[in-house]
Amino acid sequence: MLEVAAAAKFGSFALDVRFSVAPGGITALFGRSGAGKTSTVNVIAGLRRPDSGRIVLDGQTLFDSNSGVDVPPERRRIGYVFQEGRLFPHMTVAANLRYGMRRTAATGRRIDFDHIVALLGLSDLLGRHPARLSGGEKQRVAIGRALLTCPRLLLMDEPLASLDAQRKGEILPFIERLRDDLNIPVVYVSHLMEEIVRLADTVVLLSDGRVAAEGPLDEVMSRLDLRPLTGRYEAGAVITATVTGKDEAFDLTHLDFAGGTIFVPQLDVAAGRTIRVRIRARDVSLAVSPPAGISILNVFPGTVQEIAADGAFADIVVDIGTRIWARITARSLHEMNLGVGSPVFALVKAVAIDRHSLGRAGPPRAADTWRESD
Amino acid sequence: MFSLSPLELEALRLSLRVGLWSVAVSLPFGILVAVLLARCDFPGKIVVNGIVHLPLVLPPVAVGYALLVLFGRRGAIGAWLYDSFGITLAFTWRGAAIAAAIMAFPLMVRAIRLSLESVDRRLESAARTLGAGPADVFATVTLPLIAPGIVTGVILAFIRGLGEFGATITFVSNIPGETQTLPLALYTLTQTPGGDAGAIRLAVISVTLALGALVASEAIARRFSARFDGSIDA
Repeated sequence: MLEVAAAAKFGSFALDVRFSVAPGGITALFGRSGAGKTSTVNVIAGLRRPDSGRIVLDGQTLFDSNSGVDVPPERRRIGYVFQEGRLFPHMTVAANLRYGMRRTAATGRRIDFDHIVALLGLSDLLGRHPARLSGGEKQRVAIGRALLTCPRLLLMDEPLASLDAQRKGEILPFIERLRDDLNIPVVYVSHLMEEIVRLADTVVLLSDGRVAAEGPLDEVMSRLDLRPLTGRYEAGAVITATVTGKDEAFDLTHLDFAGGTIFVPQLDVAAGRTIRVRIRARDVSLAVSPPAGISILNVFPGTVQEIAADGAFADIVVDIGTRIWARITARSLHEMNLGVGSPVFALVKAVAIDRHSLGRAGPPRAADTWRESD
Repeated sequence: MFSLSPLELEALRLSLRVGLWSVAVSLPFGILVAVLLARCDFPGKIVVNGIVHLPLVLPPVAVGYALLVLFGRRGAIGAWLYDSFGITLAFTWRGAAIAAAIMAFPLMVRAIRLSLESVDRRLESAARTLGAGPADVFATVTLPLIAPGIVTGVILAFIRGLGEFGATITFVSNIPGETQTLPLALYTLTQTPGGDAGAIRLAVISVTLALGALVASEAIARRFSARFDGSIDA
């Protein structure tokens, strides 16, 4: 359990955050660039000192401006994976990995070197110097190096930001395995919705150095009032669903959620798994009567809960057993004569739900590996 | 043609000894001062920086005279050194090493300071998060990363020390076998009738030593940077 309350002025930027991170699972620090994400994790790691506040990890006070406590970073036992890896160029991969491990008390080393090497697929890289690694390999080594200190908390500051899509796909499963195999709580910084949907259980939404919202992923992402922060293009609701079956003939997977069953293109996920699905507002249409003769498979009856008109567009929250968003034009809103409480049918395009819209939720199951089809 | 006279051989051996000792003694101070100048902010930093670089611009004779006044047997520091430890610097090879060290000090500090300033400090904070305290970080991350700068600084200071003339002759005089280093022997030979052959030999040796050291310094610096950039894996 991590509790953070910190206020600081870094140049012209004012940080004033207050949030907590539950043990286990991945908590995302989400926000636009300049929102204070990196400053916040630096404060947690002890690399930047806030002017005032209090940081407590697992009952140990790491910083308290009132009592003058300020534990130096090397004694916080918090792992940090930096955006740029920051591997030591004068050491081999093996020496990089062992750097923190050697400085961890033998009694605290509950993570085995060989296990990490196997988990992150590093065995062929051990003798190389960082300059001869690809970006993805560097990040895997950086993750391993941080983990081998057996941290009580792992901070990851946009660890995928410098990688191309293919390398990202290479690293994401490793991060999921950390959560499942090692059970270390992770604070994951990102400005990318797809990473957050895939990885995070809870979200702390930062804006202008302050916490704008904090809570379970689906709750925060479904709030219409946060729309300016979660982004216009990216806007969408997150629902939690269970894989219940497959339609082999048409290559569709059935996902059950609070509003019924949704059909999505074939996913390589075992039946019974709980996953998160993000449904972008722009992929949802509305109809006032049950539509017939259309190509859309997923039609859910519901009622309008909230309407936020913004220029040519209107975002509409529809309760279909769970909250989803639809983005329609202001003209359609007018012509359909919708108001709060109106009965509507929400139409979700199945092809819009792809691997970037999915994440695994629920209690971790170590035996299961998560694969997906493209 | 190229056999050295005992006097010339003695001058060469003495020069190498003086050069090595001057570098060995000044290196810890060189690193310390480079760290102070590159990493710390304190009042009077400009003055300290000026004092460190003074030997570059002062007449060497003035430095030698100042050393004589301070470290001579009756000088403020020299008297104390003699009374407490029985160490004499004036007119000894140790004094020559001190003179060489002081004259070469700015070159050494400059090379180390430049490489310190190019160290990515984010690597140091990464080491902190991995459990290393500040001294540990300096020893295991900063020092290895500035090793090329240290090597360059040491070699430059060594060559500069080999060539030291003005401060040396003023402070420790020109005593064969004790303080007559290569340049001093060379000077003596140029003032001696029939000394031309010897002077040329010593000049050739000086050029060879200096060039060899410069080439070595460049080669070592390249090797380091090649390792950090990954073109070789050693």
